[in-house]
Amino acid sequence: MIALLTRDLRLALRAGGGFGLGLAFFLILAVLVPLGVGPEPATLAVIAPGILWVGALLACLLSLDRIFALDYEDGSLDLLATAPVPLEAVVSIKALAHWLTTGLPLVLISPVLGLLLFLPAEAYLWLILSLVLGTPALSVIGTFGAALTVGLKRGGLLMSLLVLPLYIPTLVFGAEVVSRGAQGLAVNTPLALLAGITTGAVALLPFASALVLRINLR
Amino acid sequence: MTLRVSDLAVARGGVPILEGVSFALDVGQALVLRGPNGSGKTTLLRSVAGLQPALAGTISAPPDSIAYAAHADGIKGTLSVRENLEFWAAIYGKAGIEPALEQMNLRALADRAAQNLSAGQKRRLGLARLLVSGRPVWVLDEPTVSLDAESVALFGEVVRTHLGHGGCALVATHIDLGLPEADIFDLAPFKARLPDLGAGGFDEAFL
Amino acid sequence: MGSVWEYANPLKFMRTTDWLLPIVAISAVVVTAVGLIWGFFFTPDDFRQGSTVKIVFLHVPAAMMAINAWVMMLVASLIWLIRRHHVSALAAKAAAPIGLIMTLIGLITGAVWGQPMWGTWWAWDPRLTSFLVLFLFYLGYIALWAAIEDPDTGADLTAVLCLVGSVFALLSRYAALFWSQGLHQGASLSVAPGTRMDWAYKAPLYVCMVGFGLVFVALLLAGTRTEIRSRRMKALMARERMV
Repeated sequence: MIALLTRDLRLALRAGGGFGLGLAFFLILAVLVPLGVGPEPATLAVIAPGILWVGALLACLLSLDRIFALDYEDGSLDLLATAPVPLEAVVSIKALAHWLTTGLPLVLISPVLGLLLFLPAEAYLWLILSLVLGTPALSVIGTFGAALTVGLKRGGLLMSLLVLPLYIPTLVFGAEVVSRGAQGLAVNTPLALLAGITTGAVALLPFASALVLRINLR
Repeated sequence: MTLRVSDLAVARGGVPILEGVSFALDVGQALVLRGPNGSGKTTLLRSVAGLQPALAGTISAPPDSIAYAAHADGIKGTLSVRENLEFWAAIYGKAGIEPALEQMNLRALADRAAQNLSAGQKRRLGLARLLVSGRPVWVLDEPTVSLDAESVALFGEVVRTHLGHGGCALVATHIDLGLPEADIFDLAPFKARLPDLGAGGFDEAFL
Repeated sequence: MGSVWEYANPLKFMRTTDWLLPIVAISAVVVTAVGLIWGFFFTPDDFRQGSTVKIVFLHVPAAMMAINAWVMMLVASLIWLIRRHHVSALAAKAAAPIGLIMTLIGLITGAVWGQPMWGTWWAWDPRLTSFLVLFLFYLGYIALWAAIEDPDTGADLTAVLCLVGSVFALLSRYAALFWSQGLHQGASLSVAPGTRMDWAYKAPLYVCMVGFGLVFVALLLAGTRTEIRSRRMKALMARERMV
């Protein structure tokens, strides 16, 4: 299992692994929004929580098809399915590798982008906390979408259509935490709901992902 | 008895292609599947490997005994030969890839990135995975594609050694592996017949 | 009559719907027409909303069927996953476009109603948001069916998507509720004092709801029959290839 994790991380970090693409996308989005909306700090401060969360979500989406597509093409997925490791664990490890190479860097860079968008000072803590709690759900839900569409040609666009609606609850609660934090309101409820969604998704969705993966491999 | 297949029926894309397939493989035995393209060799092997449910029949083998190798080798180009093999060894819970490197004549290439290997060298790396899996029943789908004559001979030798060490192998191949002791199993007699439409004609047709 | 599962046999299903479909279709047209004409022309105008209130006779039944269609797909998907009856999977497939259209009718009539009442075509109100989200779920479900060539694989994958999607659709509903209570009035038939609907409206509304339900069943049966036939075509073509 650790071997699979290190292999996936190694593959992502080596040349052509696509590491950093999501990060660059996140950065570009945070640059484009002020260019489109206008530079007024007051306006940007209001929309910053939503923009940062939508940006993180889209950046996550960008790298989802790499979770299984390459392993499917070169036969690794068949071999992993016949190896003495449960497919549920393979799916979970792949989601974890995706989070470590996409979600975690997004969390780390988000304060800098908050600066670009004039995020109020009180909100930084909540921005980081909500992303730490929410991005694992994005990776796990995305892994399910990637497993659903793994055998399909041109599955990328379809996967966005399938995954984005599933991202809605995470997005709503995540952005709500940050914007409440920015206004100095209590954030307990949305934070708890966000954590609940992540916990539930991490615990249950790998079973669904492994199920659809088996269906797609046969 | 290591692997026993009895009365197996398999389908491809929902259409039955083979039925009534029965054979058994003993320790030290190799069975070569023969049949024209599209006769269901790959589908049969995928079913035996457990990737695809069979329509009917049973496949019995000791648990965790089958190692499957197909057209695609599951090799990552940006990893070195050694890293590729070490990964699969770890997945199968085995240590020590040196004997496999030695047997497949890959030692000189061990630290080269897999993307810089020739097609035949990649294939040898893919087959070395079988050795590190440590599993007795090899299920091989066209293992000699893109191997030159020398490598085919080398691979034949590896299979023979495997058989000698108490393993067995089920191989779909068109060329001679140099295994005179292997039995040939022709799939042609097991081609699935069209199911009878019955009195309902069109109305009964439903897959 | 034997077990209800007999109707999961495609042949039996086709034979039964041969005579059942026309009956359902005709009664759907009649009941819906009666309900709508009664509602539009033979009910008094509301003292606050005027004649715009009559959109309710399209809006509420459509919105109700939009949700019911998804629930029906959920049940059919479960039956397919557990008992592997092909008719069930095909019925779920056939229900999706109907549900999509019902959702669209609900959204459009809602916008037309909202404009004079609230002064806006659209508001990010919990109910409206949930319906938009439901619309997206229908789109994804239909797109997944369309993308997969092998019918059994398609049935399996869409069934799992329907189960997972249902959970997330519910979560989205609560996420939207979380924002605010919104502009939308409570459920139209709720028994809360003061908002209670008069029987003059209620009676034709019930007729419309039954009518929309019948329309849904008629379209569902017709759609399922089409899916079964197209499945047979595929089966026959596969036989041609086997020879």
